[in-house]
Amino acid sequence: MHPIRKKRLTIVLFLLAGLSVAVALTTYALRQNINLFYDPSQIAAGEAPTDARIRAGGMVEEGSVIRDPDSLKVEFKVTDYSASVPVEYMGILPDLFAEGQGIVAMGRLGTDGRFVADQVLAKHDENYMPPEVSGALEKASKAQTEAAAETATY
Amino acid sequence: MWRIFHKLGSPKWFFGIAARFMPWLLAGGLLLLMAGIIWGLAFAPEDYLQGNSYRIIFIHVPSAFMAQSVYIMMACAAVVTLVWRMKLADVFVKAVAPVGLVLTFLALFTGAVWGKPTWGTWWIWDARLTSMLILLFLYGGVIALDRAINDEKSAARAVAVLVLVGVVNIPIIKYSVEWWNTLHQPATFKLTEKPSMPAEMWVPLLLSVLGLYLIFGWLACVRMQAEILVRERRTRWVKTFVTTGKV
Amino acid sequence: MAFDSFSAFIAMDGHGPYVWACYGVFFVAMVALMAGSVRSRNAIIASCRRGYETQADKSRVASPTPSATFTRVNIPQD
Repeated sequence: MHPIRKKRLTIVLFLLAGLSVAVALTTYALRQNINLFYDPSQIAAGEAPTDARIRAGGMVEEGSVIRDPDSLKVEFKVTDYSASVPVEYMGILPDLFAEGQGIVAMGRLGTDGRFVADQVLAKHDENYMPPEVSGALEKASKAQTEAAAETATY
Repeated sequence: MWRIFHKLGSPKWFFGIAARFMPWLLAGGLLLLMAGIIWGLAFAPEDYLQGNSYRIIFIHVPSAFMAQSVYIMMACAAVVTLVWRMKLADVFVKAVAPVGLVLTFLALFTGAVWGKPTWGTWWIWDARLTSMLILLFLYGGVIALDRAINDEKSAARAVAVLVLVGVVNIPIIKYSVEWWNTLHQPATFKLTEKPSMPAEMWVPLLLSVLGLYLIFGWLACVRMQAEILVRERRTRWVKTFVTTGKV
Repeated sequence: MAFDSFSAFIAMDGHGPYVWACYGVFFVAMVALMAGSVRSRNAIIASCRRGYETQADKSRVASPTPSATFTRVNIPQD
């Protein structure tokens, strides 16, 4: 390679390396702002502010959803399997909302540790499958837990 | 190897090669894209969770994938422009930037329309969506900068530097869903693992990605030919091409 | 076929408007991009051809029958 081109190439590579380091440091410093939501462990540890509108995200805990029969009020717990936060919400839930599904709620965290949401969004994972397959998987996992329960009783 | 590389830099040589490949790129691209879309829309099974709205994936993922690939290709061309001062690399950047802009717009638009029935919102400022919006502005910036500078050589260098600066956004888009928590789900396709969807869903998706790739190749050829003709209109080979149709 | 009827295919269980809006915009954008690219390339070829023709016309008109003749006359300046 021609020496001038070699020199230009090194300049270009240095430019790229310097730029990547700068961007990496900036995004690392701002990571809490880039994160879309606080997870329940962070809220339990008191990392989330109580005086500002924040987002909380996690899984809807199995068996925690209580729907008010007279209004659109819903209460449920959001968990990341190490901590959970009680959430109350008044309004229409997205179609994908279900127990065991991921959600992101926007609202305020009360001083009593309850999260009052004014918007609930559904979050889904990267897995796609036909309904029959998902039904079969569910059946298999249920059979497994039943078998485990049976062996436990003996 | 260097000789092939320098030959590739000759606009006349590229013009002839492009003319030979273009019909195949267009035919193959349309065939694969149509096959992937028809399979995905009508024959692939519905998703257990999202039902039929997930069928948007068969155009959303190809557009988003191509939007990022085109930018990476532009960045490689920008290095060639800056180091080797090869005119053809600059022709490529100018020709494909509008294509990248359209693809990024399509990825954002189809994503928004998909987000409404699944997430419950058209738009959210999470890391993936925001970095993709930055990509849209980068494409717009490249086009605007190129138009703003009249001198061909200084425009080429300025555009190349902007393209290179913007390339740091590509890993941010790719890994945003892993580095930060976002509403957007992580990638379904990973190089090292099996895709987390069954074959009757990922095969049509792969077909439409390949199809859009070939169509991009065809678009790049057409647009580069146009740019080459403008730049070389005073040369003898362009005159023979225009009057006789032969390169 | 994943659908029982054509109307089910169009309705997509209520997700039809979203799905078809996406595909519609995708096709319009891609066709516009492709047609526009071909058209602008052809326009450039046409403008090149016109340029060469006017050039050829000019030289044909100019060289064999010059409309006026100019003879260089040397006028002494001193």
